[in-house]
Amino acid sequence: MSELKATPKAIAGPSNFLDERLGGANFLKRNLRKIFPDHWSFLLGEIALYSFVILLLTGTFLTLWFKPSMMEVAYDGSYAPLKGVMMSEAYASSLEISFDVRGGLLMRQMHHWAALLFVAGMTVHMLRVFFTGAYRKPREINWIIGVLLLTLALAEGLTGYSLPDDLLSGAGLRITEGVAISLPLVGTYITFFLFGGEYPGEDVISRFYSLHILLIPGILLALVTAHMVLMWVQKHTQMPGKGRTNQNVVGAPFYPAFMAKAGAYFLFTLGVISGLATFTQINPIWLFGPYTPADISAGSQPDWYMGFLEGSLRLMPPWEINLFGTANAGTLPLSVIIPALVPMGIIMTGLALYPFLERWVTGDNREHHIADRPRNNPHRTSIGIAAMTFYGVLWLLGANDEIAANFHVSLNHTTYAGRVLVFVGPALAYLITYRICLGLQRSDQAIVSHGVESGVIKRLPHGEFIEVHTPPSEDIEAHMRGKEPVPMLPVDEDSSGIPPKGMRGPLGKLRGRMSRAYGGEKIPLDDGHGHEHEDEHAAIGSGGSDDRSITH
Amino acid sequence: MTRITAWRRHPLARYAVLILALALVGMVYAAFVQAGKPADAALAAGKVDDVAEGRSLFEKHCMSCHGTNAQGTTTAPTLIGVGAAAVDFQMSTGRMPAAAPGPQAPRKPPAPWVNETTTRQIAAYVQSLGGGPQVPGAEQVDPKLGDAGKGGELFRANCIQCHNWVGAGGALTQGKYAPNLNEATPTQIYEAMVTGPQAMPVFNDTTITPEEKRSMIAYITQVREQRDPGGFALGRIGPVTEGLVAFVVGIAALALAAIWITAKKRQKS
Repeated sequence: MSELKATPKAIAGPSNFLDERLGGANFLKRNLRKIFPDHWSFLLGEIALYSFVILLLTGTFLTLWFKPSMMEVAYDGSYAPLKGVMMSEAYASSLEISFDVRGGLLMRQMHHWAALLFVAGMTVHMLRVFFTGAYRKPREINWIIGVLLLTLALAEGLTGYSLPDDLLSGAGLRITEGVAISLPLVGTYITFFLFGGEYPGEDVISRFYSLHILLIPGILLALVTAHMVLMWVQKHTQMPGKGRTNQNVVGAPFYPAFMAKAGAYFLFTLGVISGLATFTQINPIWLFGPYTPADISAGSQPDWYMGFLEGSLRLMPPWEINLFGTANAGTLPLSVIIPALVPMGIIMTGLALYPFLERWVTGDNREHHIADRPRNNPHRTSIGIAAMTFYGVLWLLGANDEIAANFHVSLNHTTYAGRVLVFVGPALAYLITYRICLGLQRSDQAIVSHGVESGVIKRLPHGEFIEVHTPPSEDIEAHMRGKEPVPMLPVDEDSSGIPPKGMRGPLGKLRGRMSRAYGGEKIPLDDGHGHEHEDEHAAIGSGGSDDRSITH
Repeated sequence: MTRITAWRRHPLARYAVLILALALVGMVYAAFVQAGKPADAALAAGKVDDVAEGRSLFEKHCMSCHGTNAQGTTTAPTLIGVGAAAVDFQMSTGRMPAAAPGPQAPRKPPAPWVNETTTRQIAAYVQSLGGGPQVPGAEQVDPKLGDAGKGGELFRANCIQCHNWVGAGGALTQGKYAPNLNEATPTQIYEAMVTGPQAMPVFNDTTITPEEKRSMIAYITQVREQRDPGGFALGRIGPVTEGLVAFVVGIAALALAAIWITAKKRQKS
């Protein structure tokens, strides 16, 4: 570690320059040597970060030509099939960006692809954090910031999708209006407030524009900064491995190694986004035509991140409540309120509360800086996969018309199947994932206690064939031995059958039961094989021990 | 006695009068029938064979489903009054004769015996049954004579809720679907509008005038022939394939890049 103590010249020079002017040398010296652990999945969040940077830059380009106005004009640009058609200025200026501004179409397509990758990057990053338990103390607040970022990204996507005022974005706007107006009591007021009168009104584009380019990105930027600063201060979690403890971070320093990697990854992200934008057409608004509330197209879909809401809307049976008659008390359209609010509520609230629920169930108040391998907390992993299945079924069913049309199945059957799968799928996913996790734990156990198959078959004097096992390499074994039992509350009853304090009421009993199920060690790494482990290293290679036998 | 009176009393006069009267009645009858019956008009124009040939082709290929006199059965609708345009549409797109019963007959390569002549003959036979829309002329469907901008507005107002914004098609209930419009010829698009094949409603000439239909054809053909300015169009079905590409290409490529740049150097052994 001696080489870390000498400051490289490349750091000393700039820090000296800044220090003499800003007095920040200590800060820089300390932070430029910040250690970052290395694992490919730790870079997934950066997809979202770099996409956000690209979104800000391309978005600024687009604002130079976009006119957020719903004034009707006759199109007079270079796209022939729309010549003379009446449309809003917003749509006409989006067409102008696409066809008459140099590089405009590329910028529009980069903006849209970056938006898709922004939310996709956030999602896969969030899944990584969830499945490795990296949201645990002390990172719960950063996790909540992440959930807020995701929610805001959806709002940002929805407002941006509506801005070009093409027929497809109008369909999304119409659903937004439908959801707003379905809210009990306040629905009508909210809708009239949002649209400045009867739908679609003349205000919604300029209002969404302010939200899309000013308010939401401002909050996003602030929260992204907070997210990064907290990550920096609290340090990144690391995967279990050789020499890695809860007190240290093993990896590469920010400068130069991690900075080079991060810089390269930004360029990769830029490359993928501009490559997609160059070769793959996205959101061809000229094909959709201008929005008029009377028109609606087959295949109207939202961007992928709103697909699960579309799917829940399509799955929902047409329930509504008409108490005292529509004229007196209005209609409560359950067929809109439930799909619009319930799945989103389950997913976002579930995400926000999960760290606290887990802590409540496990009673685990320790700090965690070593990430869990997903298999080592099987219930958490199963809950995550079940939630992904729930989301996935809704998501898939958001495209059920395309599935029906392209795979030649009945649209009705896809809906019926979805209505069943949305409940059965998560349950099945839970059970299957749980078994897979335990199976993977058993496989770890086998590797730790028996070693790895070497491919060498030996024949023993009495005729039995065995395969020689070699011990796993040090870092792999250390990676596996990073496993910790999932903590459990002290739930054992005392000698007279009284449960511990706080576990006596119905809620306490439930908590105790959940803790027993969730926590504990299901498959101890060395369980029942201790005697083998002792002589493992001695026995390997000789191949003479029956312990190594596959018939054991 | 005059000479006329003498002829009138001639023994053959009564026969001559009878023949004359019959001829007159016959001519009047023929004139009436000719006016009322298009089939006989076709007969008079020398197309007599088309109807007869059409009838015999109908007996061979269509009768088992559509009934002995094209009156329809439980499996297939009546063809009385559907017109030549319906026959031309169904047969030229290969939908009829149908390969199998199902929610909807798909477009397919026509049967070997189907060609312009046989189609025309069956069309003439069906037309002779009860009239109906005729096959449009070339000028009636010429995209060059239409106004694509106006046609686009009509297309969006009337067609895209099933056929999608570029005519990429879409699903309907119970296995039915609106087909894509990429292969349909201008004549077939016109015929589909006036006859309403399968699940499609009829857009007759009072709903959408022939000129408007021609404009719609102009829009459909212009848009489908357009080179996509933004790159691969991903089927032109919108955000579903775009989202798929975002994950399958975008996220996958970036995950691979992450694996690559965080990979450890292989230790020399």
